[in-house]
Amino acid sequence: MVRGADIVVRSLIAENAEFIFGYPGGAIMPVYDALYDYSDQIKHVLTRHEQGAIHAAQGYARVSGKVGVVLATSGPGATNLITGLADAQIDSTPLVCITGQVAAHLLGSDAFQETDVIGLSMPGTKWNIQVRRVEDIAPAIAKAFHIAKTGRPGPVLVDITKNAQVEFGEFNYEPCFGIRSYRPYVNINPTAIAAAAQLINDAKRPYVLYGQGVILANAEKELKEFLDKSGIPAASTLLGSGALSQDHPSYVGKLGMHGNYAPNLLTNQCDILIAIGMRFDDRVTGDLKRYAKQAQVVHLELDPSEIDKNVKCAVPVLGDCKQSLPLLTDAVNSNTHHEWFEKFRELDKEEKAAVMSYDLESTHGGLHMGEVIQLINQFKDENAILVTDVGQHQMISWRYFNYKESRTQVTSGGLGTMGFALPAALGAQLHDFKRQVICVVGDGGIQMTIQEFGTIMQTKAPVKVVLLNNNYLGMVRQWQQLFFDKRYSFTELENPDFIKIAEAYKLRAVKVTERHELKEAVAQMILHEGPFFLEVVVEKEDNVFPMIATGCSVEEVRLS
Amino acid sequence: MNRYTILVYTENFIGILNRITIIFTRRGINIDALTASESRLDGIHKITIEVTVTDDQIIQLSKQIEKVVDVIKVYYFMDHEVVYQEIALYKIPIESLDPSLEKVIRQFNAHIIAAEKEFVVLEFTGHKEDTQALLEILKPFNLLEFARSGRVAIAKPKFSITEYLNNQT
Repeated sequence: MVRGADIVVRSLIAENAEFIFGYPGGAIMPVYDALYDYSDQIKHVLTRHEQGAIHAAQGYARVSGKVGVVLATSGPGATNLITGLADAQIDSTPLVCITGQVAAHLLGSDAFQETDVIGLSMPGTKWNIQVRRVEDIAPAIAKAFHIAKTGRPGPVLVDITKNAQVEFGEFNYEPCFGIRSYRPYVNINPTAIAAAAQLINDAKRPYVLYGQGVILANAEKELKEFLDKSGIPAASTLLGSGALSQDHPSYVGKLGMHGNYAPNLLTNQCDILIAIGMRFDDRVTGDLKRYAKQAQVVHLELDPSEIDKNVKCAVPVLGDCKQSLPLLTDAVNSNTHHEWFEKFRELDKEEKAAVMSYDLESTHGGLHMGEVIQLINQFKDENAILVTDVGQHQMISWRYFNYKESRTQVTSGGLGTMGFALPAALGAQLHDFKRQVICVVGDGGIQMTIQEFGTIMQTKAPVKVVLLNNNYLGMVRQWQQLFFDKRYSFTELENPDFIKIAEAYKLRAVKVTERHELKEAVAQMILHEGPFFLEVVVEKEDNVFPMIATGCSVEEVRLS
Repeated sequence: MNRYTILVYTENFIGILNRITIIFTRRGINIDALTASESRLDGIHKITIEVTVTDDQIIQLSKQIEKVVDVIKVYYFMDHEVVYQEIALYKIPIESLDPSLEKVIRQFNAHIIAAEKEFVVLEFTGHKEDTQALLEILKPFNLLEFARSGRVAIAKPKFSITEYLNNQT
């Protein structure tokens, strides 16, 4: 017989959890007490805030493909997880969060640090459960891991009352392999494959849009083989970046509000749109009423609720794209689409002239964010991971970072969570100390979770933090400039001395204000063995272009 | 907009009803009526939801409900595809019980299911339009209280939850 708290830890070990990201407190103390005995089998990372813990677990999960594990106490410990849960839910990140809860007999009595975590987390979890008896702990955790990682992944939460943690029970772990009410995968319908292939083979201007679903399905190779044979131009969503190397001849750029010019504009000129593992987010589609109306849509998608949700499709191919893509590859003709590709290249020239030359090749005036990313490209490894926060720096980093490999992109896509990057980068780095993890943040977002410098200090995770400082909440300011008559309502920041803060946390810190200092500073950062903080003071009022303004159509993408 | 009946078969777990209703709340859709009870199968609950929505909405709603891990299966039907009933109870003061009221009771085929010193309780089962019609008639009889259930429904098209569960891959 062992304590419930030991069962919690042993269950996590049985699921091959490598890390627990957490923060102790009253109602989870028995589990922390148990953890003390298992430090040789599972590593615990003490963050400085529960939000830091869950974002770190997200970063870890996104680069490793494994389930991120979070541990927090009841009440405020649990409520501090909510942002991360919502983020992981909308970006399909597998997490198992374990929260302590007051003893079962106190439930509903407004006991100290009691909150209805099940109720609060319900909309932000794929599944959640409250465990009130010791014998239910291991089965709940087994089910939690199964649900988190199968089908379309997502966060789950297991709330365990304190009495269950201290009661004694048998530990006999049985992994979960199936739940009768839950069917995460479906068989591929051969008729759908044939219909999709027919459309593709007859198409003059077919166009592939790929998203994170390809990465979650580990179907990068299958996507590449499909594109190699079909010769169809392919564009990436924000979270799909990395699923296909940007060096691949089919790659034509990025989609969405701040994606590339040609991929957005030509969405309304293709005849067949093949969406693979993407969900037609409004940031990708712009005005749905004017989105790809001329095209017939083929949608390869695992989640049935995504079919016809935003864009009606002619042929849904329901199922895991790791299985459906090879079937489709077999069924389509070998082809090339030279003239069609040429259209992309022509428009690329316009974008280069109107946007990129300013972003990347300026020789005077303030530094631009793009210049920093371009230098990072020069020095980074092929498999370097880029972690970004939310805002202008995120869009610029995404636009200019040279994605070569899968799982090198970590950002808060669907929820747009400022403060995500610093802890997520920590989690990504802990998965592999040898991988380069470059964390690009803005001066707004970094201050939302800046306390995680403490965790970087304590774990010695060699994260490279690049602060692009424009003294503004830049993306909001850009909107204020473009759509609110330059009324800069509460977007200018009086910032602290970031270098002093970083140095207080024992990070090596360098500040760059001049163009001629930048290259050496970036090189120094990349070559530095430990954690490094690089602050780059950039032009205050730069804007991110191209841009599809809210309510506009993809073909109204503007270059200035 | 159409009136639909959604039949949801779920595991009997705490919180499942909440997980389903927040799908409606989030989309600003009002549930017209809801009934939840054990089904004929042990451990499986049947939730009947009546809702007035567009064709697109009903498809999206049913997919979102079916996505809930502990939901086994969701079906939705238009009114003509289901046999459904609602039960209504009417509390009337005993002094109103005169021949004209008795005539109404006979006409509607309602039943007196309780008779106390000061009041009687009538029971009448039918569609909402029918129970509403009786309500309007009874109002002048100094109706004291009225209660109506959500619909319970049985689908005309053939399906079997048992079969569905047996086909588990």
